[in-house]
Formats: sequence, C-alpha cells, structure tokens
Amino acid sequence: MSDILADGKITAGSNDGLAALESRRSTAETFGIPLAVLAELTHRCPLQCPYCSNPVELDRSGSELTTEEWKKVLSELAEIGVLQIHFSGGEPTARKDLVELVRHASDVGLYSNLITSAVLLSREKLSALADAGLCHVQISFQGNEPVVADRVAGFKHAHAKKLEVAKWTRELDLPLTVNAVMHRQNLFQLPDIIQMAVDLDADRLEVANVQYYGWALKNRAALMPTLAQIEETSRIVEDAQARLKGTLSIDYVVPDYYALRPKKCMGGWGRQFFNISPAGKILPCHAAETLTGLEFESVRSNHSIAWIWQNSEAFNRYRGTGWMPEPCKSCEFREVDFGGCRCQAFALTGDAGNTDPACTLSPLHERIFKQAEAEAAADHNRFIYRNFAGGTPETDGDDGA
Amino acid sequence: MASPRHISVSEASRPVLPRHAKLRFDETRQVWVILAPERVLAPDEIAVEVLQLCDGLRSVADMIDQLATKYAAERDAIATDVIAMLQDLADKGFLTEARERTA
Repeated sequence: MSDILADGKITAGSNDGLAALESRRSTAETFGIPLAVLAELTHRCPLQCPYCSNPVELDRSGSELTTEEWKKVLSELAEIGVLQIHFSGGEPTARKDLVELVRHASDVGLYSNLITSAVLLSREKLSALADAGLCHVQISFQGNEPVVADRVAGFKHAHAKKLEVAKWTRELDLPLTVNAVMHRQNLFQLPDIIQMAVDLDADRLEVANVQYYGWALKNRAALMPTLAQIEETSRIVEDAQARLKGTLSIDYVVPDYYALRPKKCMGGWGRQFFNISPAGKILPCHAAETLTGLEFESVRSNHSIAWIWQNSEAFNRYRGTGWMPEPCKSCEFREVDFGGCRCQAFALTGDAGNTDPACTLSPLHERIFKQAEAEAAADHNRFIYRNFAGGTPETDGDDGA
Repeated sequence: MASPRHISVSEASRPVLPRHAKLRFDETRQVWVILAPERVLAPDEIAVEVLQLCDGLRSVADMIDQLATKYAAERDAIATDVIAMLQDLADKGFLTEARERTA
C-alpha cells in the first residue's frame, strides 16, 4: 500500500502484503489534478494567532464566495478528479453555511476534512457536521494549558473550549488530528502537548514549527526558536514517534531557518496542490498572495479550475526546473526539493525566483541562520496579533482580547 | 464511544472499514483508493478484493472460505495471507471491528 498524498512520498510497507503503487507515482507528481485541495472559506477568525498562515492583507467578508459559488466549486473539483477537500480559513465554522457545504462535498463524493480552531463549535453543530458526512477533524492547539495557549491565541478560554470540542469529536467517532504550532514561547511544552494528544485519543499529531511568511514574518523575533530548542525538539519527537507507534502518528515540520536543505514546498510549485482563497483565487500555496508581480486567476473568471491549474501564467511560472537560476539549475537535488519555497525566497531575497535561503547552497543561508540565532537570543517576546486592521501589538493586559 | 484503537484479527473477527476510511474507485485515475484523514492510499487488487468483503457482517473465516473456493487454493495458505493483510490494515487504522453504535 502506498500513500500518494503526503508530500508525494510513496511510503510503501515492504512486507504488508499490499503492493505499492510505484508505477502510479506520476499520477501525483506530474501536473495531474491534485488529490487534495485546501478551501479557505473565510479569513474571519475569533483567534489572533501571531503566526497565522493567512496573508497580512485579509479578504473581507464581503468578498467571500457565496454558498452557491462554493458548491459549484466543490462540484467542479470532484468532477476533475480531486478526492479530498480541506475546509479551512480563517475559521471555517465562522461560515453559517458550513454544514451545507460539507453535505454538498459528501454528495459529490469528496472526502472532507475540517481544519478548525474549534472555539465556535457547539456539540450540536459538530454533530450536524458529522451527519452531513464530515470525515475528519483537525483542531489547532496553541499550548497544553490556558496560560500560554490563550495568550498566543489572543482569546480568553480558547484552550478549555478546544479540549471540550476534541472530546466531542471522539465521542462522535470522528478521527481527530491535533495540530500544534510550535515556536520559541511554547516549545518547552512539547512533551505535555504530545501527552495531551494521547489523552484526547487523537489519531494524529502535527508538530509544526512556525513557517515565516506573512503574520509569522512580522512576529519572527517573538517566535524564532533557539537552535538548542530545535535540537531538543527533534529528539523529543523522534522518541515519541517510536514510543507511540500504532497509538499516535506524529508528523513533524522542522523550521526552515535551521534546516540544511530546503523543504519541497507544496510538493513543488504547481505539482500536486492548490488552494482556493475566500474570494475565490486559485493559489499554488496559501502564502502565494505575498508574491507581488503574479496575477492569480479566480473561480469567478471565465476559466475552468482545470484550465487555471494547467495553463495559468502563475502556475506555470515556477513549475518544474526550467525557471531555476544557479545554484539550483545544476544541483543534483533540483527535482528533490524544487528549489524550496518561492514565498520564502521572495520574503528573504526580494525575488521569488531565487534559491530558497533555507538551503545551505544559497549565498544568503549563512546570514539567515545567524539572523535566526540572533533573534532567538534577543528574546523579545511581545506579539503583534493578527486582525483585519493590519495587526495590533500585545499589551500588558493581553491574555486574550 | 470512540472506536477501539487496536483490533486483533482472527477468523472470528467481523472487520469493517471505519467511517473515516473510504474505499472507492477513482474514475479519473482508474485506480482503487482508500481515503483517510489527509491521506490517499492505493491498495493493490488483492487488498481491494479482501476489503470489499469487509462489511462488518461477514467473518474472516467466511472470507477465507470464499477466497479459497474462488482461487481453488489451499485454505491454510489463504488464511495466513488474509489475516496478515487485515491485521496490517487494522494496525494502520483502516479496519475496525463491527459493533453496536453507542454514540
């Protein structure tokens, strides 16, 4: 058996009696329609996490796709071969039509995942979502206890609410993923977060170090871990992965700045993933709108989604290896990591076409690494909270707005 | 009540796919897939055939009888392979035991 979704990796068990689908590798790795699509239903969210993956310029509610528009999008996705839909945001449960959208996804045969902060969910609402065919719930956690967690979220009682919703999720027999976004100010809680995931009877835990785009880039000095923290984190995760095998599956995302090789961002630009923004833009990744000079087509345009994926200028700009400058161009890893992340290259070098500075072969890598170390050591801990006003600095009274 | 995390597959088991694991034919790619949280898996033909028998009613013993007859194979050999395959799927979270719903 092979897993053809997770980052395009084929993870074949050699002795499990199930042949890997190696010959089909190309299905997921060429420009065939992605297996899964991220639908960012809204940018509205009651939380104010300083590392939010949404763009700093948030889509206002007035520009969001309507219920009918989203339903048409879901039908079209299923028709062209998408298998899974991730309902995300902002906070997807802020949409009053979420149950209707989940039901529609089920009706057209899409496997639906809900990626939520959980704070707006009631048991009735979650139950209605399950009845509508929701297949999986992922809840974000900001820590393992309210003092750190509610401060990071900028929302009082968020942590207690999340614990409650996680319990309902399992009571309703829905599989649960705990998503823990990690940074300098909560990494010390990692062992407790892992135990929390076990106690909540989660199937999966994502230990995701902050990736520094958009809001997180604004807050980098407050979030960047120390190198010692990252070494300790890797040790804790590896130990837990071995200890909890068969009980809790743990995915681990290392922070780019301390990596040696860049991540294969999105499995390569325009290779196996796209997302749809609240206003209907089809994007190669959720941070792509930070790139200036690229026009992204909308589902509201006259083009089909398949056409946009295959033919639009934005998707073709950094596809494959033809666009690469040196040192990527002649690098033996060019089809392993596809040059890393375009958004990070843009954020750190001003040109999305450069090698991602996360790579040791980038001329900027050393500087980025030193900068990360210096920011982590300076220990400036105040956040800029995420909101529609472009961000609000944390004050002494903040432990939730 | 949530599903038990582990099941031990025997001839008496009546396995079924949990609600979050869906076996379906992908028309676009012309291949069978198991859809699971954030994953798409591609079982081979034999796994698909066995999984299609996992309806929560049929026992593993019945499944083995059926396959042994169909392939005119020795029952013991089929039994070993089928139980190993089902246990592997169960360990990965793609099979559970049929039970009364209490939720």
